[in-house]
Amino acid sequence: MTENEKQPRGVAELISIVEALIFVADEPVSAKTLADVLEEDRETVEAAIEGLVKEYETREGGLQLRSLAGGWQISTRTEFHEEIRAFLKTRPSAKLSLAALETLAVIAYKQPATVPEILEIRGVQSASAIKTLLDKRLIVSKGRKETVGRPMQYGTSKDFLIQFGLKDLSELPSIEDFEDLAQ
Amino acid sequence: MEQQTEQLTFDFHTERANIVSESRDEIKLELGKFAGPLDLLLYLIKQEQANIFDIPIARITDEYLKYIRLMKSLDIALAGDFIVMAATLIEIKSKMLLPRELTHELDEEIEDPRQELVDRLLEYEKFKSAAQMLYSRATVEQAVFTRGQIESDENNAETNATVFDLITVFQKILARHKEEVQMEIRREEMSLSDMIKAMQQRIFQTNELNLLDFFREISTRSEIVLAFIAVLEIVRTESVKLLQEKTFGDIILRKA
Repeated sequence: MTENEKQPRGVAELISIVEALIFVADEPVSAKTLADVLEEDRETVEAAIEGLVKEYETREGGLQLRSLAGGWQISTRTEFHEEIRAFLKTRPSAKLSLAALETLAVIAYKQPATVPEILEIRGVQSASAIKTLLDKRLIVSKGRKETVGRPMQYGTSKDFLIQFGLKDLSELPSIEDFEDLAQ
Repeated sequence: MEQQTEQLTFDFHTERANIVSESRDEIKLELGKFAGPLDLLLYLIKQEQANIFDIPIARITDEYLKYIRLMKSLDIALAGDFIVMAATLIEIKSKMLLPRELTHELDEEIEDPRQELVDRLLEYEKFKSAAQMLYSRATVEQAVFTRGQIESDENNAETNATVFDLITVFQKILARHKEEVQMEIRREEMSLSDMIKAMQQRIFQTNELNLLDFFREISTRSEIVLAFIAVLEIVRTESVKLLQEKTFGDIILRKA
């Protein structure tokens, strides 16, 4: 089929194609990327995604379609994790240490955050925690801060959003919300 | 301390210090892990059921120092930050013992020596809760699975670099060296283990090593032969992979 004789796709067809593409994508795929590949309007693709979301909701199958890290991803529903683990013969992977999680929290909320800023809040040197987070690609360096000592700045990565199931950073509860919780 | 705890997993609810038994001047502790001095301090304040806005500094300082001494006696490496906090506590304690200066105007608010510490504790506590939130999120996410990776050239560059590919590369290099006019001035015998060591060093420095580049740096024929054997030996014994991105492309040694 050449460019010229391209038939406009029907809504149902587009929904199916969108589903197929989201399925094969390694990472959450954005509506924009899908629109570019399919040479469709972004609105049309977004409408198709919305249709697909509804299908998934109505069907209540083993899979879910969710918005993650600025894109869309097909994954299993949480309810079936035990059966899936039994089948895959896997165990939950090693969790982050308390130190690493705290450091990650500081970086997530204060980004771009420098080592001295993290030290100030945590009251402890966090070099090895930062290294762990960098190794796990949860944080990325964001250049140096133009201040005394030009410390390296860190921010969270796309992998952070994916691994913590976040649409974007705004989905994190506000840090002030933890004030009441802590009391 | 951080160094040690780093590789371990933890649970917010169990891996905590527990006071096993307590008598008048003896305190027995089950040691848990603290993320830092602020974490320990918060824990002690909770244990003492003290109000964070009105910390009984003398009592908390004593408890803190007890804890530090205990950790020391158990030879637990203490991060310097724990000592800094001990010093801060003692400083606050002594400031509170001093009589308030009379030179202050009556209506002037005299700052509580504890204020800065309280502010830090409150700030830290927020991030501690945020860390807990991240922990729960990550736990939920571990119950979600995406499909396995679809094999493609991109994610599986480990196309079989066979012995024949290696020999081809080897021959290319040999041929080039034949053309060069050799001027051997010194005779340096390199052993196979030297060659393996050299190669390992390069791989561990940069994580990967382009074999063609490595061979290019070698000047003598016997060393090239050694290098070739070294490659085979390293692949056999070490956790390294041979990668060839495309057919007839350069062969790369990479740490697995």
